[in-house]
Amino acid sequence: MLRGLATLVCFQGIGEAVVYLSDMPIPGPVIGMVLLFATLQLTGTETPEWLGETGHFMIRWLSLMFLPACTGLFFLPDITTDQWLPIIGAMFLGTLLTMAASGYLMHRLMPDPDGDSQ
Amino acid sequence: MTSVLTTLTLFALTGAAFFIAFTLYRASHARPAIQALLHPLVVGPLLVTGVLLLTGVSYSHYRQANSPFFYLLGTATVALAIPLHQQFHHIRRLARPLLTTLLFGASFAVISALGIAWLLGGNSETLVSLAPKSVTTPIALGIAEKVGGLQGLTAGVVVFTGVIGAILGPLLFSKLGIRDDRIIGFVTGICAHGVGTTRAFEISSRCGAFSSLGLGMTGALTALILPWLILWWF
Repeated sequence: MLRGLATLVCFQGIGEAVVYLSDMPIPGPVIGMVLLFATLQLTGTETPEWLGETGHFMIRWLSLMFLPACTGLFFLPDITTDQWLPIIGAMFLGTLLTMAASGYLMHRLMPDPDGDSQ
Repeated sequence: MTSVLTTLTLFALTGAAFFIAFTLYRASHARPAIQALLHPLVVGPLLVTGVLLLTGVSYSHYRQANSPFFYLLGTATVALAIPLHQQFHHIRRLARPLLTTLLFGASFAVISALGIAWLLGGNSETLVSLAPKSVTTPIALGIAEKVGGLQGLTAGVVVFTGVIGAILGPLLFSKLGIRDDRIIGFVTGICAHGVGTTRAFEISSRCGAFSSLGLGMTGALTALILPWLILWWF
């Protein structure tokens, strides 16, 4: 668990360093993710158990980690009231349209539609 | 001394709010529609906001005390490489439908959000904050920070998008006659990220696996491309 966490933090640090040095507009942890993915792909097919465990633990408790960030939604002094309609409209309509369109597209593209859906 | 104590209390507040919200979420298991509304990321922030308003503590103070969580968000982002690696054999086998749907869905999510917001009178700051709405929160926050969006707005928009997708998604798919849990999972992961993925794991484990695949791929794709596009456009 600790070994897995250390590995993840290490890749995060490398990602941050790459972004800092190259001045890319990409978040450092994303570079870390790409690098970890590449490392896993290149070193073998099996994920080490200690790393898989840590990874699932982190993803499982993701909600706890972004709770403080989400609280920020209720403290936005600089949003004027006329911006709420575009924000809410984009979230509802945009999300439903995207889900319907992508679902329909993938449904058409699947080689064995509904073949073994359970 | 007092400030150390305040910092620790504000840090513990996050844990307590999450514990209460998570217990409530678990307890509502029998009613999926209500449960989605009671997601820990809906109830938790409401609880914290209530306490902060009652005690008169500013959000920036609370945020500072909870900075370890902001760092861990980045660590969790790195961890997304793991399910991506473990599910990679699916990508090989279903490369064409998965990649086509990913490219279409991820760009359609950004374009439709920006188009609708623009039509309804959104200003450029709103548009920039909305753009990463379908990406999982840690990545979305990183993007918002990079391109000058409002982080608080982005965080809220992402969570709300996830809740909408998780509640209305299954309904929408049954209306469209789509029953393949690989499609439901993958599209939910593209559009409704972590919140949707939690829901997808309730449908079936394969649905959840495809959802985390969609979440990871959308996150990586959007994070790698969107910042360049926004900087170029605005």
